[in-house]
This record gives sequence, C-alpha cells and structure tokens, in this order.
Amino acid sequence: MATVDHSTSLLLGRLNWSAIPTDPIVLSTLIVVVLGGIAAVVGLTYFRLWGYLWKEWLTSVDHKKIGIMYIILALVMLVRGFADAIMMRLQQALAFNGSEGYLNAHHYDQIFTAHGVIMIFFVAMPFVTGLMNYVVPLQIGARDVSFPFLNNFSFWMTVGGAVLVMASLFVGEFAQTGWLAFPPLSGIGYSPWVGVDYYIWGLQIAGVGTTLSGINLLVTIIKMRAPGMTLMRMPIFTWTALCTNVLIVASFPVLTMTLILLTLDRYVGTNFFTNDLGGNAMMYINLIWIWGHPEVYILILPLFGVFSEVTSTFSGKRLFGYSSMVYATVCITILSYVVWLHHFFTMGSGASVNAFFGITTMIISVPTGAKIFNWLFTMYKGRVRFELPMMWTVAFMLTFTVGGMTGVLLAVPPADFVLHNSLFLVAHFHNVIIGGVLFGCFAAIAYWWPKAFGFKLNVFWGKVSFWSWVVGFWLAFMPLYILGLMGVTRRMRVFDDPDLRIWFILAALGAILIAVGIAAFFVQVAVSIWQRKDNPDLTGDPWGGRTLEWATSSPPPAYNFAFTPVVHDLDAWHDMKEVGQNRPKAAYLPIHMPRYTGTGVVLSALAALCGFALVWYIWWLAAVSFLGIIAVSIAHTFNYDRDYYVPVDEVESVEAARDRQLSGIGA
Amino acid sequence: MTTVSTVTHSSEPAVYWETEPHHHAEGGSTRLGFWIYLMSDCLMFAVLFAVFGVLGQSYAAGPGPKALFDLTLIAINTGFLLVSSITFGFAMLAMYEGRQARMQIWLAVTLLLGLAFLAVEIYEFHHLIELGAGPQRSAFLSAFFALVGTHGLHVLFGSIWLVTLMVQMNRKGLIPANTRRMECLSMFWHFLDVIWIGVFTFVYLLGMI
Repeated sequence: MATVDHSTSLLLGRLNWSAIPTDPIVLSTLIVVVLGGIAAVVGLTYFRLWGYLWKEWLTSVDHKKIGIMYIILALVMLVRGFADAIMMRLQQALAFNGSEGYLNAHHYDQIFTAHGVIMIFFVAMPFVTGLMNYVVPLQIGARDVSFPFLNNFSFWMTVGGAVLVMASLFVGEFAQTGWLAFPPLSGIGYSPWVGVDYYIWGLQIAGVGTTLSGINLLVTIIKMRAPGMTLMRMPIFTWTALCTNVLIVASFPVLTMTLILLTLDRYVGTNFFTNDLGGNAMMYINLIWIWGHPEVYILILPLFGVFSEVTSTFSGKRLFGYSSMVYATVCITILSYVVWLHHFFTMGSGASVNAFFGITTMIISVPTGAKIFNWLFTMYKGRVRFELPMMWTVAFMLTFTVGGMTGVLLAVPPADFVLHNSLFLVAHFHNVIIGGVLFGCFAAIAYWWPKAFGFKLNVFWGKVSFWSWVVGFWLAFMPLYILGLMGVTRRMRVFDDPDLRIWFILAALGAILIAVGIAAFFVQVAVSIWQRKDNPDLTGDPWGGRTLEWATSSPPPAYNFAFTPVVHDLDAWHDMKEVGQNRPKAAYLPIHMPRYTGTGVVLSALAALCGFALVWYIWWLAAVSFLGIIAVSIAHTFNYDRDYYVPVDEVESVEAARDRQLSGIGA
Repeated sequence: MTTVSTVTHSSEPAVYWETEPHHHAEGGSTRLGFWIYLMSDCLMFAVLFAVFGVLGQSYAAGPGPKALFDLTLIAINTGFLLVSSITFGFAMLAMYEGRQARMQIWLAVTLLLGLAFLAVEIYEFHHLIELGAGPQRSAFLSAFFALVGTHGLHVLFGSIWLVTLMVQMNRKGLIPANTRRMECLSMFWHFLDVIWIGVFTFVYLLGMI
C-alpha cells in the first residue's frame, strides 16, 4: 500500500499509526468489534463472572470443558471466515461490465487468503480437536486425557494463533498470497509488509498446540482404554481419532519446519525458496503439501467416525463391516502420505511421476467408497430414525459422494492440466469439506449436545438450519463447477465476460442461503438453552446409544465414571444394556484427578505477544516475551503438586443426585 | 440384532465395572508420550535433511564444503557429543543405584561436554560468517546453517533442561517425578546424538568426497 510508512523505530519497530486501516469496511468492523468487546467486558464485570470464568473454564484441565471451548472457538471463527466468504461472493457477482466491484485488490486478496486460513486452521481444526477431546476419553471409559495440563496449553495456543490472525484485520494487514503462502510471492521481495508475518506466526503458535494435542490424544487412546477394550473393540470414532492423531503427529512438524524456513528467508535473508542464489520455490510447494494432504484427512477422518456412530445409533443396528471400516481408515491414513503431488501436477515433474501420484490418488477413493457402502448397509433393514444427526449424515452421503467423484476426476493428470487452479477445483474441495467436515460437525453437535449439556437441541430450528445449509451449499457451489469447466480461474477479482455473471449471482444467492443456515444454527442454540426444561435428557442415553459415553450422566461428572467400566464387546454400552448391567452399587472410592492451572493461559498470552512483536520487528518485546515463555515454563516444572483426590463423600453426593434423577424417571 | 456379548453368559458372572481400588502407575504414559514427541521432532530434522539433499549442491558460485569445513575440528566436536552420551549413561546408572551425588557429578560432566560442543559450533559458525560464507550466501549455506543450527539449538535447550533438572534433583531428590524427567532428558540427549551422526555423515563426510 502506498500510504504505509515503512520507517522503523527502536521502541515500536515498524508499527505506527499508518498500520490502522482507513478502509471504511474494515473500520466499521473494527468499531463493531470494539463496542462488542466493551459490552462483553462490562457484562462480565456487572454479573461478576470473571472469577467463575477463570476458575471453572479458562484454567480448566477437564477434557470436556476444553472440548467445549475448542468448539466455541470454531463457531466464533466460522462467523469470521464466512463473512470473508460472502464478501467474495458479492464482489464476484458485482464486478462485471467494467465495474471494479466494491473491494480493492489489496483488500480482496487478503480476504481470500484469510478465508482459507481461518476455515482450515481455526474452524475445522478446533472443531475436530474439540470433538475428539470431548468424546474420546468418554468413549474409552477414561477420566481424562493422559496429559491434562498439556491439553489446556494446546487449546490456549490455538486461541493465541487465532488472536494474531484476527489482530491482523485491524492492525496492519493479512497475507495476500492464498492460504498456503507460496513463495516467491510470500517472500520479502513481493510481500514486504506484515501480512505474511502475521500468517506465519499465527500458524506457528496454533501449530504448537495442534501437535501437542495430537501427541496427547494419541497416548490417551493407546494407554487409557478401559479394561477389556482391545483395539478391535474400540468405538469407530475413537479409531478415526487415533488415525487422525497419528496424521497430526506425523505431518504438523513438516508444516512447522517449512514455515520456519520461509521465516528465515523473510527475516534473515536465507535462500531456501528465493529465485536467486540457488533457492528452490517448488521445494516449498512440495513440503507444504506433504503436510497439506494428510491435513485434509486429519479433517475428514474424525467426521467419518461421527457418521459411523450416528448411522449405527439411528439405524438401531451394529455398524455394518466394523473391521473393514477400521482397515479402510488405516489404509486412508497411510495412503494420504503418497498423494501430495496431485496438488501440482502442472509443476512439470514428468509423465511417470504424475502417473504415480494420479494412481495413488485414485486408489484412496477405494477405501472411502467402502465406507460409503458400509454406512448404506448399516441403514439397510434398520429402523432408521431421521433425527437431526441422521439428517446431516444422509445429506453428507449424497453430497460427499459427488465431491469424491470430482476428486477422482481431478486425479487424472491430463484433466488436471485443464482444471488446475480453476473454480472446478474450488467447487471440489468445498464439496468435500462442507459436505464432509462441516455437515459432520453439525451432526456431531446435534448428537453429543445432550451429553454435554443435559438437554436436546431444538428440532425446528435445526431443520431450518439443515435445509438452508444443504440447499445453500448446492446452489453456491454447483455454479462454480460449471464456471470451472468453462475455464474460470480462482481468486479473480473482476471479470470481462458478461455471460459468466449469472452463475456468480446464483452462487451468491447460495451463499446468502448458507448465511441463513448459520443464523438458524445460533437461533437453535439460543432457543434450546431458553427452553432447556422442555427437552431434558435425564437418562444420559437419549438416543439409545451403543458406546460408553452414554453410560454416564448428561452432563457427565468431572470424573466421568465413578467406577471404570469393563468392556466385553464392541458397542460396550449396548452390551451392558442387553445383559441388564447398570450403575454398580458398591462403596465409592476417592478419585485421582488433575488440578486446574493458569499456566497455559499465561504461556499462550506470552506466545501471542511474542508473535505480535516479531510481526512488527519490535525486537526488545520479542526477546522479553520469549524469555518470559522460558521462565514460566521452567517455573511450572517446579510445581510438583499437580493432582488431588476427589473425596469419597463428594463422589457419594454426586452419585446420589444421579440416583435420584434416575429414579425420578423410573429408570 | 441378537448378537449379544459372547463371554458374558458363562458360569462366572462377568465383571462390568471396576469396583476394587487399583493403582495406575503415576506418569505411566509419559515415556510413550515423550517417544512420540521425539519422533515428531525427528520429522522436523527429516525436513531439514531433505532440504539439504535438494539444496546441498546449490553453491551459487560460492564456496562449497571442501573450502569451508575443517574436518579435524568437527571430529573433535563429534567426540564431545558422543562422549557426553556416555557420561549421561553413567548418570542414569548412578540414578538407578540411588547415588545422587555421583549422578550430579556425571550430569555436570555431561553439561560441560554439551557446552564445549556448543562453543565449537559457535566458533565454526563465526568463522564461516567471517569468511563471507554466512547463511545468506547460497542455498547450500542456508540449508547447512538451518540443519546444523537447529541441532545446536536443541543442544542448547537440552543444556538448559539439564541445569533445571540438576536444581530439581538437588531440591527434591530421586523422587519418581524427577527420575521420570531424567529418563526423558536422557532419551532427548541420545536422540540429539543420533541426529548428529546423521549430520556428521551426510553434511560433513559426504561433503568432503
């Protein structure tokens, strides 16, 4: 931007008043956000909620509360990411016949970058991490994850990254490079100001959290399963979570290191990805997709697990082909590492290499297809109940299959040469991410909401949201397939050919329908909370569930299970119900639990501050906050008093309340 | 579906809940967790090795390995690090025998060897930069500094951890929480040795051919 003052000072680095955008759209957003923030602070102070918030939530190491906080983060960021989406749709519907639309190039390029980054890293990732956090320990009959403090720390690092990305909207700029920041465009020569630096540090801070959370959940699933739960008796969602966390641990370090190298290019002047002195930009693209392709399976696999649980529960049947489902998941996990090059067939690596990666890509569709058939056969001859989670699942099967087929089409290298970077590609990945990940998240929220809060979600508003989303999705993205086949490339701001316009207008209408779907979801949540007395779940098992999370109360006590369940079968809770096993009447024992701690919040705040200082070249602040991180971490290791025992009388009173609740409904 | 559990209807009533007190070994998951962390760290180094493999010949008309590396110095430095792994092993043995003072002495020796390694590495980097062969000179040198420097930063981090743990041992003694930490640091230290053998082989030795 021509107006930016590029001088640097010792105290504030390159931060000065010209960093505050003057764009009326951004400025009015800033004012709304500031007013909203003030209202929230005043509200919390007026109702004296700060202490409650800090003691019960922010410092919590309870996997259930952390899971809920992840999902709240995802929903907040969904609104931000969707605001970006609808702005793009409007711009592309308007910018015809010589009109420039309403967004200048600098602003528009930030929007499409921010949309991708936010939707993947700060919506989809927190959604799946939150779901795994909430559900996995309950499904395996554990009291918490293996490393509860690390869990809290991971969550807050994700928040720290999100805060940095949000700050870029109001202080400075965001990257204008597309969501993977390919060099040389993302190098210091072509992106001289702070946009790419915000991108780098936002992702690095959140990435630390993601990697640690992956290690944590992986160890939890391996080490903390209830007695009797062999690997092939694990609920299918836990299986998909296991594979997802393997993928996280084995791919996020690649992202971290790749971004470090880009950082060195930008800050130190090294030549990893530069055009001169031997650098190789294509190496970045290879490395980032070696992370990036497993990442798409990190996102979708847990939702495959959700759809499996939902289909089985609402068909009233054991899942069809459990072992084939497990093997399909493991196959996808392995294959996801040998397809990365299909993201850039046009690199020119030659026919043999392209053929290899084209074929591996097509092979991945085989285990995925097997899953679809397993779900269909689970429904076959079942008593299917079309509750909200099941509706989302059926919509997923129809939508995702189309997205999968266009994916196989793109896997053919000659076809990809035509469709590379076209709107056909954009339609394809939205088809699988919205139709798969997002529909799955809504299915999961509707399914496990009663478990988390003790009442069901309102069905009417759920259906409004469902139909708006599904119809809106098809209306918004089918035109993009057509435009892509006509040769329209992605990330365009203005168009010359007026014949294309009708498709963009249709897509914009679809986006508006999706907006209705999002709004209806929030109305659904509000109405459900308002009328929570009308839809209570007193049994803890509102859907006739089959896995262990339904064996405890809704919401579960902090310790999940007063006595650890013993597993004899797949679908352990279904088995218990069949043989008439319920809560044992035995003498309660004190329960060993981890203590809450504020260290995670402090470390993440320091990390976000350090990132901000590095973005703006405020070196003294970066050094101080980095040393602060080290000092606080070391100080934390001097605290040996990290756990306590819930005394027997407390367990007794919680369980007695549960007994009264159950006898009240004659269960 | 009528397929109910298969094992439940035998003569002995099956147990469905653990009602007896039983004790999980405290920190039983730490070792596995730390192994997995090490493997993820290993992947970061894998990226750096791959990058060095791609860029290792891109001298950009600048100096190459033969003009820059002093193999004698690097051999000495390799010696420091390898011996430090042995001394850490002695510290672990002393810990298992419950001889805290002896353990502290071996930890101090390990620390000194680690610091000696770092000192030589800093000298080497300084020397290269003096020669005009800094990380900005060519892609080969960028990859070299990134790989060797990342390893060096790990050694620095390990040294800080080592000092912290020596203080904690001094305060609390050989309690389970501390011995667990020692086991983790021990794995970390040996891991850095393994990485260094890779660096020494692929960067220094192969570079001299």
